[in-house]
Amino acid sequence: MIKIQNARKWYAEEVKIGPLNIEIPKAGITSLIGPNGAGKSTTLLMIGRLLHMDEGQITVANMDVSTTKSNDLAKVLTILRQENHFVTRLTVRQLVGFGRFPYSKGRLTREDEKIISKYIDFFELTELEHRFLDELSGGQRQRAYVAMVLCQETEYVLLDEPLNNLDIARAVQMMEHLRRAAEEFGRTIVVVLHDINFAAKYSDRICAMKHGQIAAFGSVREIMKPELLSDIFETKIEIIEGPYGPIAIY
Amino acid sequence: MNVTPEVESISQPQFSEQNPEQQSNKKQKIWTIPFIIAVIIVIGLGIVSLFTGVYDIWNQEDGLDMFFITRIPRTVALMLTGAAMAMTGLITHLVTQNKMVEPTTIGTTEWAGLGLVFVYLLVPSPSLVTRMTGAILFSFVGTMIFFFFLRNVKLRSSLIVPIIGIMLGSVISAFSTFMTLYFRMSQSVENWFIGSFAPIQVGRYEYLWVIVIMTIIIFLYANRLTLAGLGEDVATTLGVNYNRLILLANALIAVAVGIVAAVVGNVPFLGLIVPNIVSMIRGDDLRTNLPWTCVMGMGTITFCDILARVVNMPFEMPVSTILGTLGAIVFILILLRQRKSRRLR
Amino acid sequence: MSTLESQPTAHGGIDASLRNSRSTSAFRSGRDARRYWMILSICLGVGILATVGLIFYNNPVPVDSPSFMPVVKRRLVAVVAMFIAALCHSFATVTFQSVTGNRIITPSLLGYESLYSFIQTSIMFVFGANALVNFSGIGAFFIQVGLMITLSLILFGWLLSGKYGNLHLMLLIGIIIGTGLNSVSGFMRRMLAPSEFDLLQSRLIGSVTNADSEYFPFVIPLVLLTILCLYLMSNRLNVLSLGRDVATTFGVRYQANIIFILILVAVLMATTTSLLGPLTFFGFLVAMLSYQAAPTFDHRYIFPMAFAIGYGVLTTAYFLLYHVFGSQTVVGVIIELFGGLAFLIVILRKRSL
Repeated sequence: MIKIQNARKWYAEEVKIGPLNIEIPKAGITSLIGPNGAGKSTTLLMIGRLLHMDEGQITVANMDVSTTKSNDLAKVLTILRQENHFVTRLTVRQLVGFGRFPYSKGRLTREDEKIISKYIDFFELTELEHRFLDELSGGQRQRAYVAMVLCQETEYVLLDEPLNNLDIARAVQMMEHLRRAAEEFGRTIVVVLHDINFAAKYSDRICAMKHGQIAAFGSVREIMKPELLSDIFETKIEIIEGPYGPIAIY
Repeated sequence: MNVTPEVESISQPQFSEQNPEQQSNKKQKIWTIPFIIAVIIVIGLGIVSLFTGVYDIWNQEDGLDMFFITRIPRTVALMLTGAAMAMTGLITHLVTQNKMVEPTTIGTTEWAGLGLVFVYLLVPSPSLVTRMTGAILFSFVGTMIFFFFLRNVKLRSSLIVPIIGIMLGSVISAFSTFMTLYFRMSQSVENWFIGSFAPIQVGRYEYLWVIVIMTIIIFLYANRLTLAGLGEDVATTLGVNYNRLILLANALIAVAVGIVAAVVGNVPFLGLIVPNIVSMIRGDDLRTNLPWTCVMGMGTITFCDILARVVNMPFEMPVSTILGTLGAIVFILILLRQRKSRRLR
Repeated sequence: MSTLESQPTAHGGIDASLRNSRSTSAFRSGRDARRYWMILSICLGVGILATVGLIFYNNPVPVDSPSFMPVVKRRLVAVVAMFIAALCHSFATVTFQSVTGNRIITPSLLGYESLYSFIQTSIMFVFGANALVNFSGIGAFFIQVGLMITLSLILFGWLLSGKYGNLHLMLLIGIIIGTGLNSVSGFMRRMLAPSEFDLLQSRLIGSVTNADSEYFPFVIPLVLLTILCLYLMSNRLNVLSLGRDVATTFGVRYQANIIFILILVAVLMATTTSLLGPLTFFGFLVAMLSYQAAPTFDHRYIFPMAFAIGYGVLTTAYFLLYHVFGSQTVVGVIIELFGGLAFLIVILRKRSL
């Protein structure tokens, strides 16, 4: 479980995040949605210990992210940011292989190789595994990055807007993969998403943020309500029932 | 490492859009009380400069002659150079959208130096005009290369720009050193780089008046240059001929740096400190910042030159040493101050 | 390969024997690996040839004369100096570029060379030519190295650690301090007599003739130890070059590691600058060439290649310039020139920084 207690962060006199209080249970996909500047990415980065909080505490699987050794956290929690630029030339396989670093420190065993192959195949990158990252399309590269963090085999996986720059087909593919990862590999995945319909279709729970606070947290049905969403996004949103679940119209 | 957002944001100017009525109001607003006070102070500094020096102009027979031959030209040269370098810095900021650049940090001064080396090599006893031409030409090429680089490369952090610029400068300066060593030109050529106003006298400095023309051009084109800084696509959409503007900016910078280089020498950091301090205090309003930048540039360099004359009397220190040391310190302070601002509650 | 495109089961179940044949190596194909070893051998070979040439070629004294060995010994000193320079610059620059995530900058930017020039110039200026010539010996050497490392520690400790640590800012400030020092040095140089100036000038450009073998017993173990440290950290360097966030996600303590690594870089740069003088763009040239020659991310392979190229370039340059072109003093400057040219080419071709 991810537990956030009274987490706060100040950027300036007026701009602050928090206080945040939430418990995200294990297993399944939780989506973080909200308008721009709501603090979704900041929250994710604080959970992933990439950003320091000014106040409060966050624990993941009972480990405090501020005080636990980074290496121990790395076996339990992983996070992928939006922007990733790498100076060196890496092949897909080499990149995914880095996911094993917390365990093998760079010396890959045969067991590691099997695991790497598993995730490369899972994301359908097998044919591309020896291509350099800059020889791939944006969608393929994104899959490689996600494969890398999944290869870390941590129970908790945090993804910051993984669908950016992906067209509809690739975005659907990515969410399908994440859904399968959550179910087949039993991971707890927290994603920041811009598209509420993707969130509705693929998550188990949705957390809605606004103005640096958590506005609502609950199951998909509980959040996909027209008054709630209209209030959060400050625009008229209607909900209709689609073939796979509620759909937002805006 | 991730750049702290604050340093990132202060190194890029923000521009407020003004509607036409506000613009004409602002025009009147240039002559505000603080500005008038600043102008008075600068005039005061100028007067001090006129009367600072080893030569006793009151008691010597040709004291009055000396006054006209060296003192007045020197003070005038100071004012013009200060204005020129400060404004060159401002133009570079506008066009590159980066506040940490100025001719010293993008290699232009080193190119000017290389130009001088070539001139000394090719022409025995070159005249001032020849030296100037060489310096201007090379500065133009050098600045062009830098702008070209900036256009083609996507930068993730704006602090990288001055770093690259300075490296570029070192390469050129290494090349100059090679030339001087190889052709055994040694000390005399290295000395150009030490900017000093000591040798200024009537007949040597008149070309600096070109800077007045430059100033007028900058005032006229200020807004368009700002637009060019927003990038080729945006500028073209707004109806501005991007390439021609960049060439103009380039030419202005090259002319200013070239003339100053030939007549005075290297005047470091002025184009960086003055515009930055002005915008730290007054924000980024271009129209009213220009006169301030001009005036503050004049004031700063006059002050530094007076210091240079006084610190080790009767010997003179070159003003570029004072500017180089003081400028370095102020630059660092500017960088550090922004690093922490608005991070604490 | 298409047989592996089957529907993965819970175990990603594909035929186990097929999976076992897939492995992650530093090179993406056998051909790349072979190319690497070939280039490495060639560079080492060239280096060895040039070394032999430097020591034995054109010895003005016949073999059986008693002064044969002293001549050889003197040349050997120069060769050892080249060896040290190549080691220091290659390792320091590659490490620095990986750690900063930027292949355009060099560790020289941290102001070592300005500090070195400043120290040399001040001694000449304040104490005179005799003092400068006498400013040698272990004490003086370690004073210089010590001063440079102290400057680096201040820079790193102050600007890299804590909540506001920012690498680019630190670099920029290092550069500005260097520029400030250069101003003062330049002024002092202007005040020197021409003879003093020439004497100083020769010290301000990196040259193996500056190297004093007296320092070798101290310098060589220090450098080797540092190099070993860096090489053993290759795996961590590989991860660190992926950036702060990714490295932290994999459990690597970014800040602590970076500071430690930068201190090692400082030791290397301070040592080589104090020993030989400044060589600003040599490291850049070597690093650039080694990324081309070693198409891999793995520092375990990049480091040796960088050293081989560095040593090969340095020894060949000296050999050619000493024996073929008869010029002795300008090697450092010529290397800087080529390094500078390489820099210009790289920045004009870069797409993203």
